[in-house]
Amino acid sequence: MCLAVPGVVLEIVGEEPAFRRGSVDFAGVRREVSLAFTPEARLGDYVLVHAGFALTVIDAEEARITLEELRRLGEAATPDQGEPEGLP
Amino acid sequence: MKLVDEYRDADVVTRLSDEIHRGTTRPWTLMEICGGQTHSIVKNGLEALLPASIELVHGPGCPVCVTPVELIDAAIEIAAQPGVIFTSFGDMLRVPGSGTSLLEARAAGADVRIVYSALDAVKLAAANPGVQVVFFAVGFETTAPGNALAVLQAEALKLDNFSILVAHVLVPPAIGALLASPGCRVQAFLAPGHVCAIEGPEEYARLCARWKVPIVVTGFEPVDLLEGILMAVRQLEAGVARLENQYRRAVRETGNAPAREAVSSVFEVTDRAWRGLGVIGKSGLALRPRYAKFDALTRFGVGLKSVDDASGCLSGLVLQGLKKPPECPAFATRCTPEHPLGAPMVSSEGACAAYYHYGRKLV
Repeated sequence: MCLAVPGVVLEIVGEEPAFRRGSVDFAGVRREVSLAFTPEARLGDYVLVHAGFALTVIDAEEARITLEELRRLGEAATPDQGEPEGLP
Repeated sequence: MKLVDEYRDADVVTRLSDEIHRGTTRPWTLMEICGGQTHSIVKNGLEALLPASIELVHGPGCPVCVTPVELIDAAIEIAAQPGVIFTSFGDMLRVPGSGTSLLEARAAGADVRIVYSALDAVKLAAANPGVQVVFFAVGFETTAPGNALAVLQAEALKLDNFSILVAHVLVPPAIGALLASPGCRVQAFLAPGHVCAIEGPEEYARLCARWKVPIVVTGFEPVDLLEGILMAVRQLEAGVARLENQYRRAVRETGNAPAREAVSSVFEVTDRAWRGLGVIGKSGLALRPRYAKFDALTRFGVGLKSVDDASGCLSGLVLQGLKKPPECPAFATRCTPEHPLGAPMVSSEGACAAYYHYGRKLV
């Protein structure tokens, strides 16, 4: 029940905050999603959607940086260098 | 799918697995709280990528599993009344109450419908003014904002035919109860990423400080889970206990302010019974007096009737991480997803269902 799926916001409608919603694309499947809790969401943003509403806007830059770090994980570490570098 | 596939990348998974092996010198026991994380771990075989000295035990983060029998009985009683459309997330339908389930109630003629969101139930109420529409509001902090929004929308639309049966539970008090239990052997926790995306991580920082236990806010994909495990193991090996956030792309320090505001305007914290665990203080949500008119129990005059939950199901021990599902004598014999004795065999987040569907060959 706590699962959430990332999708991209393609359309936003609704003036009233409680009724603000968008059309969100999940790899080709479109659904109407409540954007009541993500007033900052803009067209093209990726949102995490759970039970019909967006619970957060994904920080794409943060995701990119973290993945780049992980793709280099272990490269700096050798057995005699002590503690491996990398994660915070 | 973008922002999913990257977190299932085999090369990154291997690097993380190697790093965990390199950094582990002693046995450690970790608990992932959320049932969605449990399913990802078992489905993707992540335990096979860890050193044998690291044990993952599965936590109580399955809202369907911890919903008390009394509330399921009440749901069935309400659903059976004439002129009622009873709506629920699909997971709840096959969960056994003391006698029957919502699915069996539907087969007997009750109008029980699966909805994707509480907001769909509000739409149903607006479209059917002559019928009472009830929504079964189960879930953790992730689901509470949507359910609060449903109440706010129903009020804005002046709907007098919409109500909710509230079974909301909260994660941090359950972690506190687990840590306070004398049998607790968990040394670090992976906290549920989506719950923290709503509520923010500060409650977990308090648990770290109070119990001197490392907690890592963690996502749901294989890369997320292995990175969360690596961060927890590094803390354990270094003898430190602090809050860390693996799931930074989704979890901000303050959580989601508009969602928290909606929850606190509609709900208040209350004591709540957890199936298999008993009553945990301040571990649930109830409607505030201002929104009491949306309470289904009051509207239909239904009380909670205490029942003896003696099905032979070991779910209480499974939910506390004291037993693994295959250790239950009924597992995959008397208890299957088609004929469940307890909720963890039914729910898509239940540990028993995860082992039944994906993990039996590993046992």
